[in-house]
Amino acid sequence: MCDTCGCNVTSGNEHLLHSHGKLARTTEGSESIEVLRDLLHENDHQARHNREHFDQHDVLAINLMSSPGAGKTRLLEATIDRLAHDKQIGVVEGDLETERDAQRIRSKGVPAVQITTGSACHLDAHLVHEALHQLDLAAIDFLFIENVGNLVCPASFDLGQHLNVTLLSVTEGDDKPAKYPVMFRQTDLMLISKIDLLPHLTDFDPRQAELHLRQLANPAQTICLSAQTGEGLDAWCQWVGEHLAQSTQTRRLAKPVSA
Amino acid sequence: MHELAVCQALLQQVEQTARQHAVSEVTKVVLRIGPLSGIELPLLQQAFTVARRGTIADKADLVAEELPVRIRCTRCRTESTVSASRLLCMVCGDWRTRLISGDEMVLASIEMTRSQRSPPQTELTGDVNYV
Repeated sequence: MCDTCGCNVTSGNEHLLHSHGKLARTTEGSESIEVLRDLLHENDHQARHNREHFDQHDVLAINLMSSPGAGKTRLLEATIDRLAHDKQIGVVEGDLETERDAQRIRSKGVPAVQITTGSACHLDAHLVHEALHQLDLAAIDFLFIENVGNLVCPASFDLGQHLNVTLLSVTEGDDKPAKYPVMFRQTDLMLISKIDLLPHLTDFDPRQAELHLRQLANPAQTICLSAQTGEGLDAWCQWVGEHLAQSTQTRRLAKPVSA
Repeated sequence: MHELAVCQALLQQVEQTARQHAVSEVTKVVLRIGPLSGIELPLLQQAFTVARRGTIADKADLVAEELPVRIRCTRCRTESTVSASRLLCMVCGDWRTRLISGDEMVLASIEMTRSQRSPPQTELTGDVNYV
């Protein structure tokens, strides 16, 4: 991605994007202005701003995505039970309607801001930015952004997160990564959820799901877990803990040493 | 259906560019879209006919050119054109490939007629600047 404006113009695709000069005459006599800018430039700009906010406050931001009903909120509840004793957690909840998910999180004693998108099928960087104003980032280590349940639209909008985590429940098909390549290609971790139901479901094979993920050239780790039984939660909590430690260390090294 | 949101962001950029170039009417908007951008072109076309109303691109055509998914194998260094759900090297079959094209969502150019003969305030030869 281009560092100047965030567009996807690279040396690999530049020749495909340029068809004529910056200002060329068309056959009809009208003028053509070359722009070459990402369509979601404004969103990407806001996302970078959000990321700066997170970095300033040493917050690790994780964008949690899945289809509806894969168990994102349930996983967050189980994660809070395991991590909240020594880490501070904040949650931004995205749903079309209702405060229900935020209430579930707040009942665990964790600050949660509900974004109700109305008819919008995804969160964008501006919506997340508004929500951030209602959270004390200085008092948060992990910010989980629970995106709207949807495997299509959220994949196109950068929110400023550091990591994408995608849940795939065993009640869905194990070929979901092949069907939703935009989402799964960009995920940093694939969580196969509701693994306690696997004995009852003969047609879901976690190895096949992982194979489909590799076919998208994605080296991301896969963790099988169940928020119900607790299986796999240690590995998940270890993964988020390691990434928090890594990002804190990276920021420390990047900061200039004061005299 | 996030294509409407994408169209609204697109039209903001078109209007901004048109203002900078003293454009009276935008006649064509040209996009380059990769299959891995998450944009469905038919949905984008539909959304554009709704979103363009009342804007400077009210009568503009939307031309979206689809780019191929191209990868480079990190093992054998070969470049291949592949499908969006199978980014495997076509020569050695390795999955460790890098995307070199196919996730673009780019406003390439706009075609327009000017409201006046005089050149616009921004330099024609320089980059199109946004503030």
